[in-house]
Amino acid sequence: MTLVAAVSLGSERLALFDLSETQAAILFDIRLPRVLLAACVGASLAVAGASLQALLRNPLAEPYLLGVSNGAALGTMLAFVFFESFSFARPVLAFAGAAIATFAVYQMARSRAGMNVERLVLSGVIVTTFLSSIIVLLTSVLDAARLRGFTFWLLGDLSQATYDGFYLTLAASTVGTIVLSSQARALNLMMVGERDALDFGVEVSRVRLIVFGLASLLVGTAVAASGSVGYVGLIVPHLVRLAIGSDNRLVVPMSAFAGAVFVVLADLIARTAIAPRELPVGAITALVGAPVFIYLLRRN
Amino acid sequence: MLEVRDISIKYGAGDVVRGVTFELGEGEIIALLGPNGAGKTTLVRSLNGTIPITSGEIELDGVPLRSVSRRDIARKVAVVAQENETTFPVTVLEYVLAGRFANGSAFGWETTEDIAIAKDVLQDCDLDEYASRLMNELSGGERQRVVLARALATDARVLLLDEPTANLDLAHQAMMFQLVRRRCRDANGSAIVITHDLNLAAEFADRVMLLRGGEVFAFGKPKDVLTESNLNEVYNVQVLLDANPASGKVRVTTVY
Repeated sequence: MTLVAAVSLGSERLALFDLSETQAAILFDIRLPRVLLAACVGASLAVAGASLQALLRNPLAEPYLLGVSNGAALGTMLAFVFFESFSFARPVLAFAGAAIATFAVYQMARSRAGMNVERLVLSGVIVTTFLSSIIVLLTSVLDAARLRGFTFWLLGDLSQATYDGFYLTLAASTVGTIVLSSQARALNLMMVGERDALDFGVEVSRVRLIVFGLASLLVGTAVAASGSVGYVGLIVPHLVRLAIGSDNRLVVPMSAFAGAVFVVLADLIARTAIAPRELPVGAITALVGAPVFIYLLRRN
Repeated sequence: MLEVRDISIKYGAGDVVRGVTFELGEGEIIALLGPNGAGKTTLVRSLNGTIPITSGEIELDGVPLRSVSRRDIARKVAVVAQENETTFPVTVLEYVLAGRFANGSAFGWETTEDIAIAKDVLQDCDLDEYASRLMNELSGGERQRVVLARALATDARVLLLDEPTANLDLAHQAMMFQLVRRRCRDANGSAIVITHDLNLAAEFADRVMLLRGGEVFAFGKPKDVLTESNLNEVYNVQVLLDANPASGKVRVTTVY
């Protein structure tokens, strides 16, 4: 339903039947890949958020806030600068960037006493700002014309959607959701405590590797296709948990679904609010997400 | 069931546990006593492999512990420790069902049998009304009983309990030990219990191990270990000993 509404609404309103040739072109070449990509990006980010939260025992863990998205953004940017002709370099380097950022935050946040909320959020802030400064340095040093639109993209931008980007994120979000759902029972134990999980038979280090790897894959492909759309991984799993409880076997797949709906709707607002001009979709999600973050932080 | 041979555990600079040897037999309850920092928790943690030993050997049913997978260890050894608070809204039933993890498929859902077992232990632990309550809404003592229920929900024959009665009222302290005793008797289980309550240890344990500075100071029947001179030397307090009029077991009274 959301899909149909999102496809038909826009700066040009389209009926779903009796389309003129131009309207059909808008629908199939521009709007449909964009909406489909939005859905996959939303699913990827929400699933990555939900599983990182369970793994790190922290409902505030979120790809954007942990700097994972920025890692992916930097990777994408490097690929764009150095391997422009080779389009597959973007998601690959985005994945690498996301993985390195995840690892860095995890190493910084853990201490002998374990991991607490403040440490994790602080490590995320440090990694995020550090990577941001590198990104800003790159944009100012490099050829301005080539990097035009990059700031827009950094905030999350779906306007460059193509079917290629969609296929890749579709593959990643499908694999990610299935594999992470398969780890959901182990994540239920890890969510309660790492030591408890070890005691009751979870191979903790293996689950951690799987979650970090797949979260990086999901965030990497999503960011390579659409920039850093923030807060999706925070809001969506939170709402899902409010609705159906904490069992990750439900939370992970439901987050995929709800994340898809959320980003499609946010993108719908982004391109219709001040049509024919567009807002970056990340600005919309952040507008909703930041208050939710503060609410969660206060409640913690 | 569990054989411990000359194990030592290094943690940072020095040995936390040094040269500990003992065997836990079927149906047996061993109480682990000793002042704070004596290495009790570290020793118990090593028995299910969650803290690595530096030297020595631990065998579980005749197999070296380090060659057994986490899942297979969890099927045989269950832990009751202090609960760390959860930020997520987890229900009591969900928490207890975690105890069935090692028995089912790691990916799937609990079976109706798993749920029946969980409900049974909730009843045993006086928690039948609590199944759908949230963990972070319970009192410390109620949570402690849920933690016990989770361990009892496993099929494990060895129970490791780290101060299981710390937050419990008198009635539930007795309940806890009766449940552990019953499991040792009916299911050929055995248990190692860390406690600071010398009288509970004397009452319920078959053998008592007194640890000091990571080493075994005394090990044997409660009446042989809980002597005035041993307790005076290990805890540096004066005690009076007599017999519990109900059970005839040794009773310790501290002199302040």
